[in-house]
Amino acid sequence: MNSHLGGRIAQIIPTLLLVSVLVFCLQQLMPGDPAMVLAGEERGDPIVLAQIRAELWLDRPLPVQYFHWIGNVLRGNLGYSWRIRQPVGDLIAQKLPVTLQLSAMAFAIAVLIGVPAGIIAAVKRNGFWDYVANAVGLAGLSTPTFWLGIMLILLVSVDLGWLPPSGYVPLTEDWRQSLATTIMPAFVLGNSIAAILMRHTRSAMLTALDQDYVRTARAKGLWEWRVVIHHALRNALIPVVTLGALELGTLLSGAVLTEQVFSIPGFGKMIVDAVFNRDYPVVQGVVLVTAFLYVMLNLVADVLYVVINPRLRGD
Amino acid sequence: MRRLLLAACCVLATILPAAGQTLRIALREDADILDPTLARSYVGRIVFAGLCDKLFDLDESLHIVPQLATAYEWTDSTTLVLHLRTGVSFHDGEPLDAAAVKYSLEPHLTLPGSFRRSEISAIDHVEIVDPLTVRLVLKTPSAPLLTQLTDRAGMILPPVATEAGGKDFGLHPVCSGPFRFTERVAQDRIVLDRFPGYWNAGAIHFERVIYQPMPESTVLLANLQSGSVDLAERILPTDVAAVQRDPKLRIVTSPALGYEGITFNLGNGERSKAAIDQSALLRQAFEAAIDRQALVEVVFNGMYQPTAQAVSAASPFYIASVPPPPRDLARARALIRQAGVATPVAVTMNVPNTPDRTQEAEVIQAMVREAGFDLKLNLIEFASSLQAATRGEFETYLIGWSGRADPDGNLYAFLHSGVGQNDGHYANTVVDAALDAARQAADPDARRAAYTRMWGQLRQDLPIIYLHNPVNIVGLSAKVLGFRPVPDGIIRLQGLHP
Repeated sequence: MNSHLGGRIAQIIPTLLLVSVLVFCLQQLMPGDPAMVLAGEERGDPIVLAQIRAELWLDRPLPVQYFHWIGNVLRGNLGYSWRIRQPVGDLIAQKLPVTLQLSAMAFAIAVLIGVPAGIIAAVKRNGFWDYVANAVGLAGLSTPTFWLGIMLILLVSVDLGWLPPSGYVPLTEDWRQSLATTIMPAFVLGNSIAAILMRHTRSAMLTALDQDYVRTARAKGLWEWRVVIHHALRNALIPVVTLGALELGTLLSGAVLTEQVFSIPGFGKMIVDAVFNRDYPVVQGVVLVTAFLYVMLNLVADVLYVVINPRLRGD
Repeated sequence: MRRLLLAACCVLATILPAAGQTLRIALREDADILDPTLARSYVGRIVFAGLCDKLFDLDESLHIVPQLATAYEWTDSTTLVLHLRTGVSFHDGEPLDAAAVKYSLEPHLTLPGSFRRSEISAIDHVEIVDPLTVRLVLKTPSAPLLTQLTDRAGMILPPVATEAGGKDFGLHPVCSGPFRFTERVAQDRIVLDRFPGYWNAGAIHFERVIYQPMPESTVLLANLQSGSVDLAERILPTDVAAVQRDPKLRIVTSPALGYEGITFNLGNGERSKAAIDQSALLRQAFEAAIDRQALVEVVFNGMYQPTAQAVSAASPFYIASVPPPPRDLARARALIRQAGVATPVAVTMNVPNTPDRTQEAEVIQAMVREAGFDLKLNLIEFASSLQAATRGEFETYLIGWSGRADPDGNLYAFLHSGVGQNDGHYANTVVDAALDAARQAADPDARRAAYTRMWGQLRQDLPIIYLHNPVNIVGLSAKVLGFRPVPDGIIRLQGLHP
């Protein structure tokens, strides 16, 4: 087990280096000259363009640009935003709590809805509640998040006036206002993930409930919900945890559409703005940090497998 | 169930926002750096209106009015003397005097990366006459200079705070405007708080201003309707009816300074060899096939103004003898025959892929087809379209310009040979001479005469087909009073009150 975990940890550095090369190379393929975008309405002035290129090292060969950037990254400096001149590290530090809060709330909503719905659907297989859970799951999967977001804004904020339609207030500043601004986007995000979790929990539970050890537990006269929760669910959760880690990773990389609709200043909104403004250091910094979070989450999922299922502890 | 609803209402009531003397303004995008020397974006200018006063300002009729300078005089065609207001101080307490003006204008001209350099390049140097008088000595006469001083080039910065801020000045800007910088969270908000030492404090009636970027028009509208923002700039024409239906809101419009047009590639690389770029007759036919009025009716709810010029009809430099021609299909077909090319005439147009421009291009495509043009649309992301334009990778390009108060800012860089944003490489000696003359003439009548000569030539050559002038559409809460619509679209905070 330890050697397995050690191997996974050793993979982190080469993975991140590979990501850094990929993100750097791929954005060079994007059409659109960053100097021209940054020059804005001065784009016709060759002196202005030359000044921008020189200042941002855009007039150097690509390998030089890459090693200059990665060298700074290794020293803990992610560079600064070309558009607003703020250090990328500061921008990420500003956005990370927002994205973490939104992701955590969305994930909590997804788990609270998806896992119980999946268990009920499996236990009441082919019954009324199974059909209800499936219908709700299907609706959650097939509803576009931007559409649901706009509909919720129109209903809850414009018509009913219950919640602010967009924006974000930090938890530390005003927790009530913070919840008010994030509950709708968290629900929109959680809704689609809940549907996926429900479908996977249901299918894993159906498999588990057909296993011999469940039959044995029932034969021993255990209370049915104890059989379901303690015996079947524990084994069924393995694929659900894997899926949950992947979904949480996706959430942490920024919910682009949802953040755009609700004007939530998280990773998704930042990366979209950075791409359109060809703000390369921001794109590179966010992708690198996201990749790191993703790798760490997968590591946590690996650890969780063992906690949930002692048989995986092996030698 | 009722109990549940009641409980939900109670929970929501506890987390709803509290109202205050705060003005919330929704912007269509996030501002760039808040340093007047280095800033480039249009929305940045809106934020600067709260932060930084300028030497002069513009009124609703585009007249130049005093702000930090109370008066000016031209002692000769290349010497401008400015008299400064007394008792003005910066947010950090430094006095605003002639030394600060000299300190601010010179970096605009010399600082590497300054975006103000091309705006005030006519200035040779700045002399301090006395603590409240400065003399600007120009290299050549420049009619647009005063107008440039009504914008970022005319914003005066405090020497001590600017030196202390260095490269990071834009992260914590210090100026002399009615509000001072408090905080910025990128893509979320810029917060300014009232500056008690403001020289015109009586005109300021809010304690705090928060600028919030909201690129999505539906979201911006929902925020306005729900009362989460008090004022929103650049409401879409198609959203105006929804705002007007709401008794809590109102719409204020003013003619904008910009334009939308089709630029032809007359000499920039291989793509300029397309038939339409080589034949003025075909360009005239293309124009005759377009019904500008129908275009603005269909795409912009009839709110924009059809035009054949780069300045709006509200400008004193609008030439009345150059009206937008009506659609004339028979003339268009005759011009194509006269050009001696077979129909359909193949034309490709680069179009930035925003919804309104795409729709506009599709309407043009349908209109010109009837005359015998086969117009193919090349939808392309905005930044990529700029690059394609500069490199000459276009035959025609549907693009707009946000506009400047002085007509020179809408014309010179786009039509004078060998300069700036003349992407189609149009070159004509008559037009060049007229643009140079209009730039240097102090007398408005002489400038109008030069522009009239210029339009005579441009209407023949059609390097750009001007389509329409947009309208500034501001949506605001009925509770916010005192809003002054200035054609530059910048939201002045002086006089606004709850």
